[in-house]
Amino acid sequence: MSLSIKDDEIDIVIGALRPDLTSFMNEWRTIFSRFHLIIVKDPDLKEELKIPEGFNLDVYKKPDIDRVVGTSTSTIFSGYSCRYFGYLVSRKKYIISVDDDCYPAKDNKGILVDAVAQHITNLTTPATPFFFNTLYDPFTEGADFVRGYPFSLRSGVQCALSCGLWLNLADYDAPTQALKPEERNSRYVDAVLTVPARTLMPISGINIAFNREVIGPALLPSLRLGGEGKFRWETMEDIWSGMCVKVVCDHLGLGVKTGMPYVWRNDRGDAIASLRKEWEGVKLMEEVVPFFQSVRLSREATTTEDCVAEVANVVKEQLGTKDPMFARAAKAMLDWVKLWKSVGSST
Amino acid sequence: MNEPATAIEAAVAASPLHQLKDELDIVIPTIRNLDFLEMWRPFLQPYHLIIVQDGDPSKTIKVPNGFDYELYNRNDINRILGPKASCISFKDSACRCFGYMVSKKKYIFTIDDDCFVAKDPSSKAINALEQHIKNLLSPSTPFFFNTLYDPFAEGADFVRGYPFSLREGVSTAVSHGLWLNIPDYDAPTQLVKPLERNTRFVDAVLTIPKGTLFPMCGMNLAFDRQLIGPAMYFGLMGEGQPIGRYDDMWAGWCIKVICDHLGLGVKTGLPYIYHSKASNPFVNLRKEYKGIYWQEDIIPFFQQVALPKDCTTVQKCYIELAKQVKEKLGKIDPYFDKLADAMVTWIQAWDGLNPTSASFSNGKTG
Repeated sequence: MSLSIKDDEIDIVIGALRPDLTSFMNEWRTIFSRFHLIIVKDPDLKEELKIPEGFNLDVYKKPDIDRVVGTSTSTIFSGYSCRYFGYLVSRKKYIISVDDDCYPAKDNKGILVDAVAQHITNLTTPATPFFFNTLYDPFTEGADFVRGYPFSLRSGVQCALSCGLWLNLADYDAPTQALKPEERNSRYVDAVLTVPARTLMPISGINIAFNREVIGPALLPSLRLGGEGKFRWETMEDIWSGMCVKVVCDHLGLGVKTGMPYVWRNDRGDAIASLRKEWEGVKLMEEVVPFFQSVRLSREATTTEDCVAEVANVVKEQLGTKDPMFARAAKAMLDWVKLWKSVGSST
Repeated sequence: MNEPATAIEAAVAASPLHQLKDELDIVIPTIRNLDFLEMWRPFLQPYHLIIVQDGDPSKTIKVPNGFDYELYNRNDINRILGPKASCISFKDSACRCFGYMVSKKKYIFTIDDDCFVAKDPSSKAINALEQHIKNLLSPSTPFFFNTLYDPFAEGADFVRGYPFSLREGVSTAVSHGLWLNIPDYDAPTQLVKPLERNTRFVDAVLTIPKGTLFPMCGMNLAFDRQLIGPAMYFGLMGEGQPIGRYDDMWAGWCIKVICDHLGLGVKTGLPYIYHSKASNPFVNLRKEYKGIYWQEDIIPFFQQVALPKDCTTVQKCYIELAKQVKEKLGKIDPYFDKLADAMVTWIQAWDGLNPTSASFSNGKTG
């Protein structure tokens, strides 16, 4: 952990989609216990949350969400999107968020991975989006920029987003996992790398961290599938949000890293059952990807809020007519910017 | 992992398959000897070697017994290319690209003579050629980044959110491998960190996204000669030239721009080789010096290059690139004028040795 980062600059935000968080919290205790946690209960979850003792945390449930944003708005925080409420009310500089079915992983040497420390390292060392370094992260111990890397690009840019990975149950879509029901990810890739500028990727919300001060408003709940459910196979909200974030980061000259840390993602759910329920999300990406690849933001968009608003308007114009889901997403994005300005901004 | 594999360890790891035995040439530039091949024997002996002897042509290069090879020294290069030999560097490993030109095979693997067999974290000897072949024979995915790296690797796949229409991928033109032990640093970095060794084995192959440039190292490289060969010119370096150690870099920027234009893929990552020899950083600094500040202009040039739609072959792309090099980089230094001319000479020489119409009924190209 970088000595210059104080523990009180970090919030760990957990979206609780299942009531019993006992084993989750206990598995993460040695890593989480020094930090403040924000636990947001999925407003659709009926049962009481079970959270073990010994943590410094704030828990937000439906009544709290209703109180802060109003009952009509609180619906945007249903399901996996409940974590965005945590992002909204946090006042810390860095946020780390993992799904409630993920445990700490072990690296190749059998040592427990401190995902928080790795995310913070990623966020507090520069990113290098303008030229690819073949030895991956040049700021890591034992590595550097390779021959041929321009010197003027070696100071890098600020890293706004750190995307981690998953051992065991990888973040595949339902068709892929259904085709290979036994496949589990056992490959630990010892690398962090910057995703190049203008390169888009599917940003999974399962294991993610970001600089809230710099990019907070761009992580947003907006795209909701018709059949969205309580398994990641049944959602695209994080993928959509991630495309927005990457476009905004590219425009503002901020970096996005991917790779370590890994978390261990527990087996949960049935890909085939999810596939039967929801496959629209998969089809959607055929439209979404080319769209985001073509988005160009104006010179006047110099803040994250402005960028998000511009993206929302382009979504409305270009995708809104193709499917009402996109029109709703665009509206949700604009509402989110307003909400962020009123609730999310530090006072 | 901190030592290279022995010949016995390599023998244990070798598979009897030897894929692409008759379709791949191994190009090795050298001025000294080829003893390093002893360690590679179990993996490389079945393949044909093209040895490009740099420096004094009167020296005899000893090739270990049992290898099937052709060898070219400077006299041979001058004889074969005549006046066009001016485009082939002298006293620099850039001369290796002559080997690419003279090969008749579909694939090339090129390796430096101070590169040995590396070991993976389980201490198994790594068959670098086998991995390069895997990389070249499986598709690349340059249009959208897969967070689990190579989706075609065993135990991996495309992640949620990856559009199905992009999952077929495109043909892979280049496979760029990495190095354990002595990393490929430039002279300033070497001077600051003389003891740094790369001990990190990153178990991944990934496609370098479209629109992204990278520093291509020629130490451990494989490519599809039919897809991208003519663009693999390693420039004017060495004797009589103001710059060295930018041969592979130059080729890397050219091939990436052309691959992006033609919809071909470039991969980087595995395989690792064990790089044993650190070259003298002071000698390197003198060679690289101009390159270090020229690249500040060269990189933006390549980042902004736009190739016209009618450049549908590698040669057409390359000639167009040469034209733009002359126009836009010529003002930085007369070297770039010379280089642009040499790029054109190279294509002429390439086409001369590789006439596309000459395909005989026995399957051999003339």
